[in-house]
Formats: sequence, C-alpha cells, structure tokens
Amino acid sequence: MNPKDYKYTKDHEWLCPEPDNKAKMGLANYAQSQLGDIVFLDLPQPGAQVEQFKKLGEVESVKAVSDIFSPVSGKVLEINQAAIDEPKLVNEDPYGAGWLVRLELSNAAELDALMDIDAYDKYEAEALAEGAD
Amino acid sequence: MKHHYLLPDISKPGRVGCTLPSLDVPEGSRPPEELLRQELELPEVSEVDLIRYFTALSKLNYGVDSGFYPLGSCTMKYNPKWHEDVAKLSGFAALHPWQPEEQVQGALRLMHELQEYLTEVTGMNATSLVPVAGAHGELAGLFMVKAYHQDRGHKGRTKILLTDSSHGTNPASVAMCGMETGVVASDDKGDLDLKSLDSMMNDEVAALTLTMPSTLGLFDPKIAEIARLVHERGGLLGGDGANLNALMGQAKLGELGFDYVQLNLHKTFSTPHGGGGPGSGPVCAMENLVEFLPTPLVAEEKGSYRFVAPTKSIGRIASFYGNFGVMVKAFAYARSLGPEELKRISEDAVLNANYLKEKLKPYYHLPYDRTCMHEVVFSGKKQKAKGVGTVDIAKRLLDYGLHPPTVYFPLIVSEALMTEPTETESKETLDEYIAAMKEIAGDAAENPDILHSAPHNTPVRRLDEAGAFRQLDVRWEMNGKKK
Repeated sequence: MNPKDYKYTKDHEWLCPEPDNKAKMGLANYAQSQLGDIVFLDLPQPGAQVEQFKKLGEVESVKAVSDIFSPVSGKVLEINQAAIDEPKLVNEDPYGAGWLVRLELSNAAELDALMDIDAYDKYEAEALAEGAD
Repeated sequence: MKHHYLLPDISKPGRVGCTLPSLDVPEGSRPPEELLRQELELPEVSEVDLIRYFTALSKLNYGVDSGFYPLGSCTMKYNPKWHEDVAKLSGFAALHPWQPEEQVQGALRLMHELQEYLTEVTGMNATSLVPVAGAHGELAGLFMVKAYHQDRGHKGRTKILLTDSSHGTNPASVAMCGMETGVVASDDKGDLDLKSLDSMMNDEVAALTLTMPSTLGLFDPKIAEIARLVHERGGLLGGDGANLNALMGQAKLGELGFDYVQLNLHKTFSTPHGGGGPGSGPVCAMENLVEFLPTPLVAEEKGSYRFVAPTKSIGRIASFYGNFGVMVKAFAYARSLGPEELKRISEDAVLNANYLKEKLKPYYHLPYDRTCMHEVVFSGKKQKAKGVGTVDIAKRLLDYGLHPPTVYFPLIVSEALMTEPTETESKETLDEYIAAMKEIAGDAAENPDILHSAPHNTPVRRLDEAGAFRQLDVRWEMNGKKK
C-alpha cells in the first residue's frame, strides 16, 4: 500500500512533507520491486543542492544501475546511513526504514508538480498493466 | 560426486604427487630455514587425487564445447579446434617479443594480412591490432577521437553521445577517456531517435558511438541520415563492432558512414572467450583517423615487414603488439573460410536468430516485431504478470542443460531475454532450445513454483546474488581459519 499522505513522481520516487519546509524522500514500492534486490546506494552528501526531477543519486540492484531523481529542489539535510549500510532496507520497507534523503525545500510550490495518492495509485496500476499486456 | 572440496581438504602430511630422479649433480645450498614459511600449508596430495580434483572441476564447467550458449551480444560461437593447433605452432607460440623484426617476418606477415582482412571487412582504410579487448578497442577509438579534435583545435568537443541501448562498456570507456556522456533516446521502432540526436548534436559533441546492428539486434535503416547529421555538425561516428557477426560481407561500416570501429576477434573471429580473456579488440579507421591509430601497425615494403608508428598516433596502449595468439586464431579462421564463407556466416547467424524469433514469438512478448539481425530480444513481461521473472526463466533453462540468454539487458526492454544463437548451431539444437522455452512458458502459467525454485539439476542450486554483492567475500581462508 502506498502511503496516502505522500507525494509521488513519474519516476516512482516518493516525498513525505514534514513541518518547516522539510521533507523525506525515497523509492516507491513499484520502483524497488522492479529493481529487484538492491545492493548499493549512491546518495549526495549533506549540504548538496538538488534540483526537482534532476538526478540525485544512483541505485544499483542485481539487475542494473538506475538514476534516482529528486522530487523537489532544495538542500540535502541528511542521508539514511542505515540504508546505505544495508540497502535491503529499501526493498523491505521502502516507505519507512528504507527512506533515502531528507531535504529542505527551496520552493514549496514545486509540490504541485507531484502526484497525490489517487493519481499515483492510478499511474502505478497503469505501469503494472503495461508490464502485463 | 564430490564437488565441493578443495585440495587442502584432502591433504595428508608427506603425501606426494611425483617422484624425482636421484640427484646426479652436487647438491646446492637451500634457502635459510627462517625464510621458509610454514604457514602456507601447501596441500600434499597424490597424483591420482590431483587428477580427480581437476577432472571434477572441469565437469562443473559449461562452455560452447558442452552445449548451446545463446548469450546475446557475446557471440558464443563454436571455436574450431584447428585454430588451437595453428596457434601452438612453435614458430608462433615460442616467439619472444624482443626478437628482431628480421627473425619474425612470418609473424609480421600474418599480422599485416590480418590488418588487411579486417580493413576490407569493415570498409575502412587501416587497422591497428593492438587493443587487447573489445572495451580496450573502444577506449582506443575514443582517444583517437579526442586526438583528432585537439589536432584541429576543437578543444570544446568533450562529449560523446551514446544510445539508451548501449553496452555498459560504452559509458565506462567515455569516463576512462575523461569525456562526458550524453544519451540519445531510441524511437518506438527500437532505432535511434533522429529528433533526439538533432537536439543534442552541438559543437560540444566529439562523436556519436553506435553499435550496428544495435543491441536490440536491429539494423537501423536511417544510418546514412544519422551519419550525415553527425558529420555536418562536426562530429565523428564511432562504431562498437560487438555485433559484426551480423554484417560480414553484407555491409561495410565504412560505407555506412562510420569513421572508426572496434572489433572483437574473440567474438566474430571465433577465438575462445567467456573466461575473462585473452581477447583482441582491433580498431579500424577511415582516412581522417588513420594517423591517430595506436602504435604499432605492421607495414610491408617489397615483401619485407616492419613495425611502424602512425604520424600522430595516440601511442602505445598495451605492451608490445596486443594478444598475438588471438590474432593467429582469427587469421586461421579468416583463411580457412575465405570471403564467401564469411558472408554465409552472417547470413546463417541472422537466419538462426530469425528462426528463434518466429518460433518463440507466440510464447514470449516481442517488443520490436520486425526482422532481426544476429540476435533477438524478447521480453518476459507476459510471464512477469504471473509472478515469474526473467531470472526464473533463465535459471530453469539450466535444468535443461542449456545456457540462458543474456537477461535484463538492454535496459530499455523490461525483463529482457537477449538471445543470440550464432551460425554454428544446427536446426536440431535450435529446436531443442525452442522446445525448452515453450515448456517453460507453459510452466510459468500453470506451475510457476518449479520456476521460482529452479535450478533443480545443477551442482549448486540458486545462488544468492544479492548476498554476493552485499557481502562480497572472495578470500578463501585456510581450513576456515580467520586471520
């Protein structure tokens, strides 16, 4: 189940808004299930600036290396060292313990460009169906 | 059968595998005791134990000599054993790299003629045999591109465009060369998207690197237009020759507009590979790049041969002259077949791939349904919808004694099964593979558990790939002792 308070990107990242223009982001369940067993995460250092929908880091699974895109622009406050040390957290708990980066948003209006739960559930269902036809 | 033991496991103190003749010369001095390392605990085994150990290991191996090996993009064709005999001739095998040129005229002549053959096959102007692997040839090509632009004062051209179906070595070579990559999209037919190329092809671009046919096994009919666009904007067109097996005698990369191409003699020209080498990745160049080729080339004058350096060569990229033994085998291959047969090889390789495509199309999704070249890329997404991943299909093939195709590549096809049968397989072998794949498709629908738990008949069951990444430990500890 995708959490209902989160926002989502077309590349299957999530963003969980927090007070004071801060937010956590990670990979949606669809992304982790398509990637398969994740073995390595390459995340930006705290302090780094990221831009909405631009590359933020990389995720490597036993299948492939893929880019991670940032759901919003802003500054990296914190990265999830536990997930870096143990990338399977992202497979096991993508919306909780497997979060990736905490950000300070530079432009809250960018949230409007993200999908809410209803739009994302539909988008995910379409992606799954396309895989099945 | 005992598979899982190592020599130290069967070691007994004092056991020996050979008997030396009695000493008939004065005994020399032994190294001082304190230099002898007891902790090495070298295994002590008898000859028969040693032979059984290595024979057991050899039975665990799977190669083109054991069976079908349709590993896409790798061209795992059968390598005639006659090549080995030729490469072992002492006149080749016992040469020393420092021997003066006048003593190795035969070897130089072989290299010179092989240069000529490869130049002819690719429709280019000259060939350097030096690179020792496909990716090494790619890197040499990129260094040539860099040198070409610097020579013309175009220092701003630092970007190499690739396609989204490129081999992983393509961006890696670009990074090794200190340049940047840009990725051109594919269109819905699997070809290069001209609009995407048009928007990216500016004066920062040094070259576009293309695999032809592409890693989807498709020949891009717009290649002339692509070459023209790249050249008009001042770029070069580089070729990744991984898929030359589809083109020999059919189309020449030079005539299609490529400025250079790297070949893989260990693929197309049938020398053993898959065990990590040795390979050979010659780089062939058109007139505009000939003077930048890696040194040395072999030149002929009045029947005598010598090493020469191109005037603006990127220099030496390997010790001596490259992997000479592989060149001998490739030469033997080319000579034993001749131009007409080389042409037929590509025809048969393409025919075999299309046969698999048509026979398996009803069972596996075919994302690009058009005539393919030497390989065909299926998608396992019909099976994925039933919870069976491409990895399960691949593991199940092992139970049939067949090597799986390349999986999850190229990245633009979900659940990809990249299948390259090569020309050396008979219709019967292809039919055996088709029958296995049909049964697997049936099991995916009705009996998926047998796929999830595959392989069942192999010496080891499914390996923990994620564990191998996450906790990589390749160091063997004596008797399980941790230091």
